[in-house]
Amino acid sequence: MLIFTEQCLNGLQFGLLLFLLAAGLTLIFGIMDLVNLAHGSLYMMGAYFAASLSALTGSLLLGAALALAATLLVGIAIEVVVMRRLYGRDHLDHLLATFGLILFFNELVRLLWGPAALSVPLPDWLNRPIEILPGFFYSAYRLSIIVVSLATALLLYLLVMRTRIGMLIRAGATNREMLGALGVNVRLLFTFVFGVGAALAGLAGVMQAPTLTAFTGMGENILILAFVVIVIGGIGSIRGALMASLFIGLADTLGRAYLPDVLAHMLGPAAAATVVPALSSMLVYLLMAMVLLLRPRGLFPAAGQ
Amino acid sequence: MAEPLLQIQGLSKRFGGVVAAADVTFAVMPGEMHAVIGPNGAGKTTLIAQLAGELLPDSGAIRFAGADITRWPAWRRSRAGIARSFQITSLFPEFTALDNVALAVQATVGHSFRFWRDARAESALRAPARAALARVGLAHRADAVVARLSHGEHRQIELAIALAGRPRLLLLDEPMAGLGPEESARMVMLLEELKREYTLVLIEHDMDAVFTLADRISVLVDGRLIATGTPDVIRADPDVRRAYLGEDDAEGLSDG
Amino acid sequence: MKLRPLSLGNAVAAALIAFLLLLPIYCGFAGDVFLLTLFTRILILALAATSLNLIMGFGGMPSFGHAAFLGIGGYAVGILAAEGIVSGFVQWPVAVGVSALFAFVAGALALRTRGVHFIMITLAFGQMAYYVASSLAGYGGDDGLTIDRRSQFGGGLDLSNRAGFYYLCLALLLGGVYLVHRLVNSRFGWVLRGARSNERRMRSIGFPTYRYRLTCFVIAGAMCGLAGVLLANFSEFISPAAMYWTRSGDLIVMVVLGGMGSALGPVMGAVALLVLEEMLSGVTEHWQIILGPLLVAVVLYARGGIAGILETFERG
Repeated sequence: MLIFTEQCLNGLQFGLLLFLLAAGLTLIFGIMDLVNLAHGSLYMMGAYFAASLSALTGSLLLGAALALAATLLVGIAIEVVVMRRLYGRDHLDHLLATFGLILFFNELVRLLWGPAALSVPLPDWLNRPIEILPGFFYSAYRLSIIVVSLATALLLYLLVMRTRIGMLIRAGATNREMLGALGVNVRLLFTFVFGVGAALAGLAGVMQAPTLTAFTGMGENILILAFVVIVIGGIGSIRGALMASLFIGLADTLGRAYLPDVLAHMLGPAAAATVVPALSSMLVYLLMAMVLLLRPRGLFPAAGQ
Repeated sequence: MAEPLLQIQGLSKRFGGVVAAADVTFAVMPGEMHAVIGPNGAGKTTLIAQLAGELLPDSGAIRFAGADITRWPAWRRSRAGIARSFQITSLFPEFTALDNVALAVQATVGHSFRFWRDARAESALRAPARAALARVGLAHRADAVVARLSHGEHRQIELAIALAGRPRLLLLDEPMAGLGPEESARMVMLLEELKREYTLVLIEHDMDAVFTLADRISVLVDGRLIATGTPDVIRADPDVRRAYLGEDDAEGLSDG
Repeated sequence: MKLRPLSLGNAVAAALIAFLLLLPIYCGFAGDVFLLTLFTRILILALAATSLNLIMGFGGMPSFGHAAFLGIGGYAVGILAAEGIVSGFVQWPVAVGVSALFAFVAGALALRTRGVHFIMITLAFGQMAYYVASSLAGYGGDDGLTIDRRSQFGGGLDLSNRAGFYYLCLALLLGGVYLVHRLVNSRFGWVLRGARSNERRMRSIGFPTYRYRLTCFVIAGAMCGLAGVLLANFSEFISPAAMYWTRSGDLIVMVVLGGMGSALGPVMGAVALLVLEEMLSGVTEHWQIILGPLLVAVVLYARGGIAGILETFERG
């Protein structure tokens, strides 16, 4: 039972991390109709910046904060130089251009930081178990990820639902053209939204860096999952992104933890051994395919989409 | 009494709280030009969409030449002989006018799982296409790329595409939309000619044209059919006058 | 997308084909094995790109899972070879058949969606193929599968002869390009191109577009499966990495670089991309840092690719 709780917490943590990426992705897609493959690269930059800057400053927290700022700057630079010219164009153009950005950033990182993965050591106060329930210990580090992610989700909610900018964002998600017609500085809004997305991606990268290390190509793996999340959740819908990321986070974690045993029971150990590795990885895609076929616009599509 | 070619029975469609069609019933006789008119928002577009197969009605039935086509997809209705033109021009902009119409012909001449022979060399496709273009007066623009043609010429191609497959029934959705007075007059003449060979359902806002051309008129208001009859009957109908004179953008019904 | 007819009068096309035909002869004289090997690989990937051009360039169906067929074709050969079946007469039809089947299933589901959702489902199918291949513990799993013997055809066809294999690949590539050219101008091709231009209108005039698109998808899958067969024979190795979604991205790059909607475009794109890669990696090991922005520039400013640029020159 305790192990199950631990797995659920792991799933929650993974799901929240996915949410950070998916929220930015779905905002950018929903508001600017932009398919951004380079989102994973921003996640990667966050991790690399965190590794360097925390080593430089000697403090994980300071390094993390600086890394976040740096990633935000990189994101804004990308928006101004490349993304601006892509608005209104075919999605395929977006895919191609941002694919080019992926190649660029993967190589840039190799150039600046070398091909070896960078590790980010955890300070003692994070690198220990915390007793959250009597007798139940959970990693302080993972706990902090959950807390930070939830706090960020709350901030995002407040931003989108309770501020004027948030209102513009919500309006833009349902009717892009109207925004311009209403005299809103759409350009600035787009840059802002992209910046928010970049910061979220960077934050996810910063927080993941200690576990996964920072390595080239780390963005691509998680990017696909983030896309699966927003497709399942409904493009343009942050609520959908939250629901779907938690769902996928839990499904993936629990699936990997328990599916092998379940399948071994059902199919016998030999058959299960061949099927299991593939199925655990494929589970997420199978879920997406099913959702898309039943609800082509996702589970919680943004109104007006 | 001849059998109606198109029979619409109790057609109803809601979108959330909006009633786009409420129990619409009327029939179109073979060879007639049947106009459907009504103020903006009356549900004319929804009606055409349901007739064409782009929208499925919530309830009701549509019969064409005796067959129940209510749930048939658009492509199947087209092959059965119902051709449709669009109110907002919907063509293949990067192809030539001839290619546009030839595609429409291709849909009705045999199947298209032919992988080798050059379709542009098939006279079975090109000849009827040229004929359709000539019919609408665009023979001289056959090889022009559609994107470079004028709006009026686009409307002509819309019609040519509808004619290309030798249909039994033409559903024309505001063929004169956006046309200037000269082009409108030409379109009216063309429709007069087509009247003699085809059965037509015409949706139009131009009242002069409607009353000149139509054999019978059905009037839709707020999704409901409030009157069906010959132009004289419609002109005199008190409900119709109220519906139009009660609206701000009333296009006056000519007297007498 | 305007179709430019495959007119061999086009100087570049003719020059390119002549070059490809004469290359092995030059390599024979110069003793340059490397160049021959490089261009064999280019030809194989060009065939894969040609199949992608069919669905993407002409059919308007951008698939981010197309590399899966390379893997499927390759693994069919590899697995059969591992089981002792080395006859090409068995391996190749099986490979193409399985690819076609996978294309049928994936396409049947994916083609119910549009736009970005379509791209995502094709991506998902590609990844699923990747994961299945990774889990084939008996056939190398993640490390991949070595193929000891190339497909055997007995009699005159010896695939281990470099020049012979090159010419086989070239023949199949030119055959594929010509097939695409004929397909695109046939009735079938017009349905595809019309569906790409204005699907709503196509359905309205009487075309059940879904079945045509699916057929196209299957043809493309089969053709790419054949490319996978060649790839496996060429490298004498096949691994799941060949199917990772970024490899599908590479194929898309080739098609766009060469010019979508041009029958020879993918060949030009494959040549351009892979030669560029070779040249750049000679300059710096960080060549992708140049390729990335180059790709962005092509998308922003030369969207029609090489074929588009040529056309601009032609029109003067």
